[in-house]
Amino acid sequence: MNEIILHPASASTAAPGFDVLFLALVVFSGLVGLVLVAMIVGWSIKYRRGSSADRTGATAHGGGLELKVVGGLFVVAFGLFGWGAWLFVGRDFPPPGAIHIAGTAKQWMWSFEHDNGEKELNTLHIPVNRPVVVDLVSQDVIHSMFVPAFRIKQDAVPGLTTRVWFEATQTGSFDLFCAQYCGTQHSEMRGQIVVMPQADFAKWLSTRPTDQSLVQQGAALFRNLGCSGCHENSATVRAPDLHGVYGRPVALTSPAHETVIADDQYIRDSILQPAKQVAAGYDPVMPSYDGLIAPDDLEKIVAYVKSLSPGGSP
Amino acid sequence: MTLAAPDRSSYWREGAGIRSWLLTTDHKRIAWLYLTSLTAFFFIGGAAATLIRIELVTPQGDLVSDDVYNRLFTIHGIVMVWFFLVPSIPATLGNFLLPLMLGAKDLAFPRLNLASWYVFMFGSCFTLYAIVAGGVDTGWTFYAPLSTVYSNGHVSMAAAGVFIVGFSTIMTGINFIVTTHKLRAPGQTWFRLPIFVWTLYATSVVMVLATPVLAATLLLLVLDRIFGIGVFDPTKGGDPLLFQNLFWFYSHPAVYIMILPGMGVVSEVIPCFARRPLFGYKLVAYSSIGIAVFGFLVWGHHMFVSGQSTYAGVVFSFLSFCVAIPSAIKVFNWAMTLRKGQVSFDTPMLYALGFVGLFAFGGLAGLFLAALGIDVDLHDTYFVIAHFHYIMVGGMVTAYMAGLHFWWPKITGRMYSEWLGKIAAGLMFLGFNLTFFPQFILGWLGMPRRYHTYPPEFQVWNVLSSAGAVVLAFAYAMPLLYLTWALFWGKRAPNNPWEASGLEWQTTSPPPEHNFDVQPVVTGPPYQYGGQAAEETA
Repeated sequence: MNEIILHPASASTAAPGFDVLFLALVVFSGLVGLVLVAMIVGWSIKYRRGSSADRTGATAHGGGLELKVVGGLFVVAFGLFGWGAWLFVGRDFPPPGAIHIAGTAKQWMWSFEHDNGEKELNTLHIPVNRPVVVDLVSQDVIHSMFVPAFRIKQDAVPGLTTRVWFEATQTGSFDLFCAQYCGTQHSEMRGQIVVMPQADFAKWLSTRPTDQSLVQQGAALFRNLGCSGCHENSATVRAPDLHGVYGRPVALTSPAHETVIADDQYIRDSILQPAKQVAAGYDPVMPSYDGLIAPDDLEKIVAYVKSLSPGGSP
Repeated sequence: MTLAAPDRSSYWREGAGIRSWLLTTDHKRIAWLYLTSLTAFFFIGGAAATLIRIELVTPQGDLVSDDVYNRLFTIHGIVMVWFFLVPSIPATLGNFLLPLMLGAKDLAFPRLNLASWYVFMFGSCFTLYAIVAGGVDTGWTFYAPLSTVYSNGHVSMAAAGVFIVGFSTIMTGINFIVTTHKLRAPGQTWFRLPIFVWTLYATSVVMVLATPVLAATLLLLVLDRIFGIGVFDPTKGGDPLLFQNLFWFYSHPAVYIMILPGMGVVSEVIPCFARRPLFGYKLVAYSSIGIAVFGFLVWGHHMFVSGQSTYAGVVFSFLSFCVAIPSAIKVFNWAMTLRKGQVSFDTPMLYALGFVGLFAFGGLAGLFLAALGIDVDLHDTYFVIAHFHYIMVGGMVTAYMAGLHFWWPKITGRMYSEWLGKIAAGLMFLGFNLTFFPQFILGWLGMPRRYHTYPPEFQVWNVLSSAGAVVLAFAYAMPLLYLTWALFWGKRAPNNPWEASGLEWQTTSPPPEHNFDVQPVVTGPPYQYGGQAAEETA
């Protein structure tokens, strides 16, 4: 059993404002609730059957008093509405000087691309005290980027680009959840936002480890054979992004409503006999590379595709 | 098969064979057909909930696989919403009591009433098939494009079941509306109607107006899934947010379909056991209509972070605060009814008081979710789960229990054990709060809903919630046993054991097939308790 926690981490510029309004709502609803409980319990006891309490002057309608009480409560409540709306509208106005991240959600992982092309899976490194804007897209179903410690959430919707911004105020590692139910491994679609001191972040971004040679050769073939023309984010033809595919279930439209695990064989089949199994959400437009690709080159591409997933590197 | 006949010449005596029940057009017997079917569905949905809570005792997914878990919460949602909560009070208590309260012999369309039950059962076969064949994994909300393109569950079958059951809802709604307009006894004017009738009327209007939108939405979903027409598919120019708009345009009013009849039940029970007329009767009647109207204008509050426009969000937030006004008026009036009364605490009253507290608590939590900046964090977390279970289970199911216990002597002609009734009511209140209060904290800490596995820091609150579910499951089994026992072997009930006002108490317990031996005539306002009555307007 774990320790009891009562309060989520509060690690962004949005969190304190959120927490104050949350507290105001707790106080308001707590007072209303207390008065109500006092009325029900108090009168139930005082006017229990057979008690000697005075019951003269009872009426069945309260004239204007009731409307005044309810009206007064709602003046306060509409104040709370305005406060909440004000916080909400601020989501549309990221501060100047933000760094931009391209975020992609898909079943069941997050990928993030930095300005310099650096890609990360299920982890996003960001600098502290610097606004970050994430442009979110989804490659399949609706997902939702949720960082409780930052008090931010935004759905990633296929066919739309949505935007969310935040500015971390503490270094450390914070949970990233998918909040919108997205299928089988929804609850595994979790990651980390790693907040670093600004100098460390700049250093981290410039010194990323290099790939293995087999993978590098595969990456070159991936471009030379034209795979990247469709399977990269910048492509004009829609094809599945292969980041993180390896080892995961893939929903199919052909055969309809089935799911396969993307293992080595699936990747080979998809290159040589692409019409055999078609990933859901895509048209069967990929040509067969059977006979056009040498067997060892095929394995290099498979190695490269595997390297795009965590645990898939040789 | 014959059922025990509790009393004299009652509706029980009009034929005892299975055929006389399955072909009956008596609204009281049809209420029984619904009661038994809905009870079965309640326990199917409850079994799924129990498995969910057991799985969530540990952070790992160790009881069932992720696919099975997703099917469990989907079935729980579909069954509880469409096969229990929506029809629950209207089709059972409403069916039984509406003609009695109006002073009528039956509903306006008795055969339509029976047909609605057959349509309900036919639709439920599709959904049950979908469950047995392997389940559905979309969640009860069927969001596209997960449901239309990616899901490998039996989505079309489940959607067909819900689609068909919708027609049964519409039939009941039309029947209630016509009955209330046309079959009131002499002197039974609109402002002499019990609030239960007002709420059934408001509910019926919402059913008739909202359910067709659900039917159209599900039809588009199935066409999209089977034929790929692409209405909701962005790769074909469709719009996934269109699905959400259509779905919530039905499903938010459906929340009021579920809760309004519960408010009606409580408005009958509290005056009876406080021996006071309902406080502010007319305002409560109007607020039922107000809730029904405003309920249609707030659907966008389910979509604040969906990519919907920011300023649409502001408008929907404002309207959501507005819909709280009529609800707050009702809660205030129930409390005021106790003042200067002669309050006693029989089982139905315990449930009714529990309802007021839990409904108010759930409603106040709703203010958090209606406040935009707060919803950004709480949306799709356990805070939302806790909020709507306080309304739907703490509110609606508790009111259903209040109504069953209040009218059980009238329905069966038998009394149940008051002692067991009070224990079950207490256990239900404790078990409910232990189950769902920790979920508010989980939501505040950031645990997303529909999670099969979760980070270990959330475990303590999940264990508490699961422990509460055990108490709650036990508490729900109790009335099933002692009410069934009472039906066969309970002490005979007098015609009006609670000395309640209202036409249904003027006939025998249980009532004869034609309800009243002499046509009743209404001469005064409702809620005649303690030498007073509700205010009346001509």
